Amino acid sequence: MDIIDKLISVARGKSRRGVAGIWLDEHKLVDAARKTRAAGFTKFEAITPFPLHDIDDAMGIPRSFIPWVTFIFGLTGFAFGTWFTWWASSVDWPINIGGKPMWSLPAFIPVMFECTILFGALSSVGALIAICGLPKVDPPVIDPDLSSHKFALWVPEDDTGYNAAKVEQLFRELGANEVKQAEF
Amino acid sequence: MIRRAPLVLGNKTYETITKDIASLLESFPGPGFFAGLAGAQFLLLIFLLAQGMIVWFGMGMMGVNSPVGWGTDIITFVFWIGIGHAGTLISAILFLFRQKWRTSIARSAEAMTVFAVMTAGLFPILHTGRPWLAYWLLPYPNQRGPLWVNFRSPLVWDVFAVSTYATVSAVFWYIGMVPDLATIRDRAQNKWRKRIYGALSLGWRGTARNWNHYEMVYMLLAGLSTPLVLSVHSIVSFDFAVATLPGWHTTIFPPYFVAGAIFSGFAMVVTLMAIIRELVPVFKDYITLDHMENMNKIIMATGLMVGYAYGSEFFIAWYSGVEYEQYIFLNRAFGPYGWSYWIMVTCNVIIPQLFWFKYVRRSIPLMFIISIFVNIGMWFERFVITITSLHRDFLPSSWGMWAPTIYDLGALFGSFGLFFTLFLIYIRLLPAISIAEVKPVLYVGRDGGNHGHH
Repeated sequence: MDIIDKLISVARGKSRRGVAGIWLDEHKLVDAARKTRAAGFTKFEAITPFPLHDIDDAMGIPRSFIPWVTFIFGLTGFAFGTWFTWWASSVDWPINIGGKPMWSLPAFIPVMFECTILFGALSSVGALIAICGLPKVDPPVIDPDLSSHKFALWVPEDDTGYNAAKVEQLFRELGANEVKQAEF
Repeated sequence: MIRRAPLVLGNKTYETITKDIASLLESFPGPGFFAGLAGAQFLLLIFLLAQGMIVWFGMGMMGVNSPVGWGTDIITFVFWIGIGHAGTLISAILFLFRQKWRTSIARSAEAMTVFAVMTAGLFPILHTGRPWLAYWLLPYPNQRGPLWVNFRSPLVWDVFAVSTYATVSAVFWYIGMVPDLATIRDRAQNKWRKRIYGALSLGWRGTARNWNHYEMVYMLLAGLSTPLVLSVHSIVSFDFAVATLPGWHTTIFPPYFVAGAIFSGFAMVVTLMAIIRELVPVFKDYITLDHMENMNKIIMATGLMVGYAYGSEFFIAWYSGVEYEQYIFLNRAFGPYGWSYWIMVTCNVIIPQLFWFKYVRRSIPLMFIISIFVNIGMWFERFVITITSLHRDFLPSSWGMWAPTIYDLGALFGSFGLFFTLFLIYIRLLPAISIAEVKPVLYVGRDGGNHGHH
């Protein structure tokens, strides 16, 4: 065990036990997700290699709130760009350039605009990383093919009404190609 | 009923898509790749040598002098920045327009953007002559007052525009790659491979809740990149248009520059995709002739816009009644640098007209040759704008000529070495086609698909 393995084991996050079902067809997975939700589970996860359009409805996932982050930080960037060009050019060290007014707003618009975009873009990505809990160090992977061509549902042991045998039974009834106990 | 053309050929499944795209990262490259890399690195060495000499001995090594103070560095900067714009157009603007065909070329086009902007960014820094003081371009607190940069200067706008563009493009590219890096991690057999791609993938696992936020951020970045890319080349054009020099001082410059940027950028995408299709035959199923034809149509459309701008410039010069303006345009076409003007017109306006023929639009060798001509033509467009306007302005007593030195040529040709070195290394180390984005469009245009509800 080398030093990197030690670092990984220190930095690794907590994982939970649970039951996973694996499907080969994404439409069956969406259907299974709908029925798993109807069975009363709320904390279960769907793991897919690419985004599925109907899964949000099936699992009751609300629309992402990240646009609000973008909006607020975009406005912040705009305000910063406006304030900084004004302060630097007409307060901190006013210099007469070409007889233009000290606060020559039209000339500052490019900088204000770029600040808006930069703040908006970086804050959106920052919000994504924070919400998804990234970076995750060596997270448990239920099946390596879940990033390629398989689709999974996973119910954690702390979900309401969890019973390993019952969940396994449910997934088999919903046509899972494979059902197993798995950490995630 | 008119059916959509399939976007992925060869009856792929999700599993074969993963295998096809990952195979490039999981096999040892062949001699063709190393030959290409050696060629690119040879040019890169020339770049380092030329720029090293210029930095060591000073700007006198280059052809710039009074009255032509902007030479190869500025021309080539605008050229490379323009190349980058097609990548953002494909990844962001076509995404917002729901053009599904963009998925298989978006990743490499974005990589092209990032590398082209990296290459471009070096030129104005080296053009300052004292690149170790490049941080003076930024408004940082300093001990001279602090003395701030002049926010009324287009050159400062350019610093903000290009650095924002470089940052946002790189982030957009990387975030788009995260799920694919997780795929590569999950396929890894080797411990180090798993660690490296695991770290690069940030531990992404593709849960539905994560995808929900991910798709939203992807759309937001596309929405932010779209005005950004239009602003960048507009601001680059302000570097010229805000000056009072005849030939530069025109209101048509921002749209003219943006159209030219997309024109040259798509030519570079066609060049690169034609090369990738040859290097990696399996990619022909993903980057199909339909993709290439679509890009050739965009080249033709933007080429016509550029041709219109050339005509419009002449008309406005005549219509303005300003004798300096009229002279500069006659001098452009018939003066001592007239040859460069006609190279530009031939490459950018005349040759792309061949794309009216469907046969030419779908012939890889012909489109490759035309795309090279467009690249040459677009470099000469910036040459024409920069050099011919500077070399003869108002007073005949201050007229002069400009000629490149061998260091100018080394910097220009060498920059292709930097770009192609980065690009060739990229296609072997990172997934060159978006694995997660191609899968949802797998069934577009396919027969008897019960999946066809996308």
